[in-house]
Amino acid sequence: MRLKLKLSILLILSLILVAIYLFAGIPGNWEYILPRRFSRVLAIIVTGSVIAIATVVFQTITNNRILTPSVIGLDSLYVLLQTFLIFVFGSTSAFAVNPNLNFAISVGAMIVFAFLLYHLLFKKQKNVYFLLLVGIVFGTFFGSLSSFMQVLIDPNEFMIVQNRMFASFNNVNTDILWFSIILIIITIIYFWKYIKFLDVMSLGKEQAINLGVDYDEVVKRLLIVIAIWISVATALVGPILFLGLLVANVTYEFMKTYRHSYLLIASALVSIVALVGGQLVVDRIFSFETTLSVIINFIGGAYFLYLILKENKEW
Amino acid sequence: MVEVQDITKKYGNTAVVDQVSVSIPKGKITSFIGPNGAGKSTLLSIVSRLITKDSGEVRIDDQEISSVKSNALAKKIAILKQSNHLNVRLTVKELVSFGRFPYSQGRLTKEDRTFIKDAIDYMELNDMQDKYLDQLSGGQKQRAFIAMVIAQDTDYILLDEPLNNLDMKHSVQIMKVLRRLVDELGKTVVIVIHDVNFASVYSDYIVALKHGEIIHQGPKNDMIDRKVLRDVYDMDIQIQDIDQCKICLYFN
Repeated sequence: MRLKLKLSILLILSLILVAIYLFAGIPGNWEYILPRRFSRVLAIIVTGSVIAIATVVFQTITNNRILTPSVIGLDSLYVLLQTFLIFVFGSTSAFAVNPNLNFAISVGAMIVFAFLLYHLLFKKQKNVYFLLLVGIVFGTFFGSLSSFMQVLIDPNEFMIVQNRMFASFNNVNTDILWFSIILIIITIIYFWKYIKFLDVMSLGKEQAINLGVDYDEVVKRLLIVIAIWISVATALVGPILFLGLLVANVTYEFMKTYRHSYLLIASALVSIVALVGGQLVVDRIFSFETTLSVIINFIGGAYFLYLILKENKEW
Repeated sequence: MVEVQDITKKYGNTAVVDQVSVSIPKGKITSFIGPNGAGKSTLLSIVSRLITKDSGEVRIDDQEISSVKSNALAKKIAILKQSNHLNVRLTVKELVSFGRFPYSQGRLTKEDRTFIKDAIDYMELNDMQDKYLDQLSGGQKQRAFIAMVIAQDTDYILLDEPLNNLDMKHSVQIMKVLRRLVDELGKTVVIVIHDVNFASVYSDYIVALKHGEIIHQGPKNDMIDRKVLRDVYDMDIQIQDIDQCKICLYFN
């Protein structure tokens, strides 16, 4: 079938890129270089897929192709946390240096925040858009707090904060990586039975209810899963703003289908292609002069503008 | 039978639907008429659980809807709202297939495919079943959505202004289909409609709402009456018998 062919193309392309990334240009010293590259590529695959899938699910829930889960404010919360820890305890404290501790604090805080947000909001107002608006307000609030602290901080410490504000796959801790993978696999198993609802939900809220989806409940559960995914991915590599948006829309354009069983897998593969390809460019062409997230954000930003202009024309 | 008892829905302090009770007869076309803002669409949405009610009960075949699982309800009652804008690009056949979701949860069985084919045949969409919805005219699109509702195979079909934005030919076509659904397949159809003449010619039972309350209800012959319509619309409407149909002249 046509869709399966497209999936196969994506799969082969991502396998080729991963293989090039792993094996190309090793001058020797295999046992040192290969495990390093392997953990880096694994981190890319895990975070890339999770961010892509989370974004597609999020866009289906909100019926909007230019939203990303970052509007809930998790990215800003992460930056705020990192700034806060370094601002209060200094860049040499365990909170900033010990990766396990830092990861636990970041993931914990983001998930607790998401739960509180949903809990408070879903009790009264069962409206996704209201949730998004409150999320944006919180995101802006966190952002302002972060910049306030960043202005006051010692310039050397600020350099460290700034490093954490951009995603980087270059130094991912392997213990944390395995822990994240287990966590993500558990949530994916939980998520599995909700996949079938996504197709119907893309028809809109009213049609979904008409066709027997317990809409509010399903949306709530999906939003929780999304929050966990985004939290883990962000704590693992840092915030990547435009990756999800870019990847989800490229996937829609490429697959041209509404079926989420294909869309979800394809988005994960597109994400891997984009990230591994991008990382290759960073490593080999820019020789680590820039970070991947700068490139992703640049391309993503340009694509975002294109999307807005295109939508504008259609109206 | 659909029984509505003391339903109230408030937005802020204004009651959009105020203590409404009505029972909708089975195997008939029931029309909700009334001026804009009377609460017709809201009532329809509450009956089909799209909107939560503040108080009151809705019983479908003696079961209160909030106590029934959403999926079980989707096999009993179907609703079609007036604005059917989709964010996804679907062909007619794909859309109609969605009607089988309550039964198959997305994995179509052989039985599902027969239902889909029958629904497409019923709405005479055969030659355009592989066309995308955005390539169709308003009337064809509406027929595709009705085909989806038919595939859903529910006893009760609720339609919110199904003739919205349709020309005369397509309006008549849709109303004839609804009539056939009731007469041939024994469905119960409830519509919100603005044109009293369509209500007069095609429905069996008419419910008139105003300011969130039911002010008159009854079989259509009692309802298409100068006095009743004056109460509902605040207009003096002449009624003429043409070919055994009661036609309202409200144009001047």
